[in-house]
This record gives sequence, structure tokens and C-alpha cells, in this order.
Amino acid sequence: MSMRPIGEDDVQGFVDERLSPARRREVEAYLGDHPEAQARVARMIALRDDMRAAFAPIAAEPVPARLNLARIVEVRRRAVRPAWQVMAAGVLLLLGGAGGWGLREAVSPVPSGIDALAQAASMNYAVYAPDHTRPVELAAADRDELAGWFSARLRRTVGVPDLSGAGYRLMGGRLVATPQGPAGLLMYDDSHGARFVMLMRPMTVPGDAPMRPHATATSNGYAWAQDGLGYSLAGAADPAVLHPLADTIRRATAKSL
Amino acid sequence: MTDMMRLIEPLIPALRRYARALLRNPTDADDLVQDCLERAVGRWHQRRPDGDARTWLFAIVHNLAVTQLRQRARRGAHLPIEDTAEVSLAVAPTQESGLRHRDLMSALDALPEEQRSVLLLVTVEGLSYAETAEILAIPAGTVMSRLSRARDRMILLMDGTEATAPAKRALLRRVK
Repeated sequence: MSMRPIGEDDVQGFVDERLSPARRREVEAYLGDHPEAQARVARMIALRDDMRAAFAPIAAEPVPARLNLARIVEVRRRAVRPAWQVMAAGVLLLLGGAGGWGLREAVSPVPSGIDALAQAASMNYAVYAPDHTRPVELAAADRDELAGWFSARLRRTVGVPDLSGAGYRLMGGRLVATPQGPAGLLMYDDSHGARFVMLMRPMTVPGDAPMRPHATATSNGYAWAQDGLGYSLAGAADPAVLHPLADTIRRATAKSL
Repeated sequence: MTDMMRLIEPLIPALRRYARALLRNPTDADDLVQDCLERAVGRWHQRRPDGDARTWLFAIVHNLAVTQLRQRARRGAHLPIEDTAEVSLAVAPTQESGLRHRDLMSALDALPEEQRSVLLLVTVEGLSYAETAEILAIPAGTVMSRLSRARDRMILLMDGTEATAPAKRALLRRVK
């Protein structure tokens, strides 16, 4: 039997178990006759196994929410805007640049009322929603403690709405600062890891204010006031998703009052 | 769309692993995979219809990682040994396995980039030699020679000796 000589490629193929059964037997026979080559192959196989073991845990980790493919597809779909919208944004930017700092107050007055609430919710969404380490201060397990804490600091009884019926899980909350004083911030997420926040604080004027949409570069939302308590929702989701949630929250909080 | 989801989604854990093995910093690696997925979603219709989704995605991750590694090298920053991942890995179940793991990682870091990627794709990701050649856009013969050199170099670095003489050395001795 004339055999092709064993080459370095066969040795590597043997280590990686990529040889045909016939060739594998030939390499085995060769290694049996060459103890030095056999020792080298054994060391290479041990290295192969060590490397696989060292990196295996990474692939076993749960995939982080930001690598959720459905979410990436969704964000991309929303980011593709019609050309006229992009052009309109460009014109606004030019106008903004020409107006300069002096007109800043006139163009974007310091918000008050519902607008201030909406701004606070958007800002806090932008800061806390992308946080992977500690998005909330107090976890959802302490729902009563959360309600008690907010009620004490806002100086009126507030509830923590349950949105599990709408597919959103309460992650927890934290107390945040606003120019008008402390506010309670709740964070919720869905099964895809999409998060939104709800901010609540007492309004300076008593009574109700109708629900109004708001939007920034990073979030959409809705804000309203009910019996002197202001609420604002902010999240990256489409207004069509957030609006029914805002309505659900308004119904839930109206009941608990 | 669902076709894309079905083909890409199962590959994400392996893409994260390859990115982390190359960059060593978990946050940088996930940033890179996110970037890769966004590109893949955006260019799904541009890929060769007969092409394999796995080699296509690994090629994207690889090219992004190499670009980033070159930027790092230019800035002269970032010793992987200071990474948080490295610190947590150092607290291994037993001191001995921790040390072995550390030796393995520093030997891997010491490999030239082109040898490291071949070794990782073949050994850890279990890709065929042909797939590895396609991902790295190199001839199959180059995959084989880099693989052989990578293994000898790793063993030399970890054990301090060559894994008993390869055939080449025996020949050299004879010439002497």
C-alpha cells in the first residue's frame, strides 16, 4: 500500500478532527511510530480543549437587550425617515444656528407646567434607561416601599401602576431632582427589554391638565396632570405604543385616587 | 425579514464570543456586535443570496474588530490585562486554574492578530478551514500555515518550550 506522506496540514486536521476516517487512521498509525510528533499533537489537542473551555461561558451568557435583533430591526425601521423630514430638520438647524445664543430664550423658553414635566421625564429617560448597571434604585420587589417612599417625598399619596396587562413589567424606581422639587421615576420594560419611564410630581397649580404628546431626539412621550399631580411617560417606542400606555396609567391612577 | 431573524439570531452568542476574544473588553465587544447587527440588518438584501449567513456575519465582526484594534494600537492605549473582565477572571475557582487561564489569555494576546483570528475561528468557533479562509479573505493554504504557527507559538509561550520537536526541527538537526 503506497500512502501519501503525512504533512503538517494532516497534523492540524487531526487536531481539529477534520480528516476523513481513512486519513485519520493513517495519521494515527504515523503518530504511533513517532512519539515526538505524538506528544506535540497531544499538547495541541489539550490547547484546543483549554481554549474552547475558556471561551465557552461567553456564548452561554444571556444576550444583552441591546443586541436583541427584533429591537434593532424596529429602531432601524423608525430611523428611516422620508427625505422631506430630513430636509426640514436641516432647515430648522440652519435657522437655529442663525438665531444664535441670544435668541435662545425666545426659541426655547424655560418650560413650565406640563412642558417642564415632559422635559424632566425625557431627560431622566435619556440618563437612566440606557443604564445597565443600576437603572433603578429600588427594585420592583419593593413595590409598597416604592409607593411609600414616593408618597412621603412628594407629600401626597401616589400609587405604582401595574402594567403587566399591557405587557410591561415594573423594573423599579428612584427619586429624581427637578427644578420644581423631587419627582418619583418608575421604569418599566417589555419582554424585548424595551424600557420606558414614568415620572410623577405635584404640580404648582392644582387641578387637571389634558394629555399632550412630546418628543425629543431620543424619546417620545405623553404628559398630563390629574388632581394636581403631574405624570409624564417617556420612551423610545412609537407614540402609537406609548399613547395607549399613557391612557392605561391615567385610568389606573384615577381609580386609586 | 423573518428569514433574516431566523438565520442571524442563533449566531449572536458566537459573534459576541469572537468579538470578546479579539477585543477582550466586554463592553467594546458588545458595542461591536451591535454595530455588526445594525449593518447586517441594513445590508441583508446586499449579501450574496447563495452566501452563508455565518461566514458573512463573522467577516463583518472580524473587519470591525481589526479596524478597532488598529485604532487602539495607533492611540497606544488599552492594556487588556487591566480590563475588568481580566480582573474578574483572575478570581477563578482555584488559584491554579486561574493562573492557567491567565497564561492562556496572555499567550493569545501575544500572538500576531492574523494568527489569533485563525486559531479562534477554527478552534473556538468550530468553523471549517474553507469558511475561515472566506471570512478572512485569505487562501486556504494561508489558513493552514497560520494555524500551525499559532499553535506552536501558543505552546512555546505557555510552556516555555516547544511542544517537543515538530518535524521541521528534526530536519534542521540532521542538517547540522
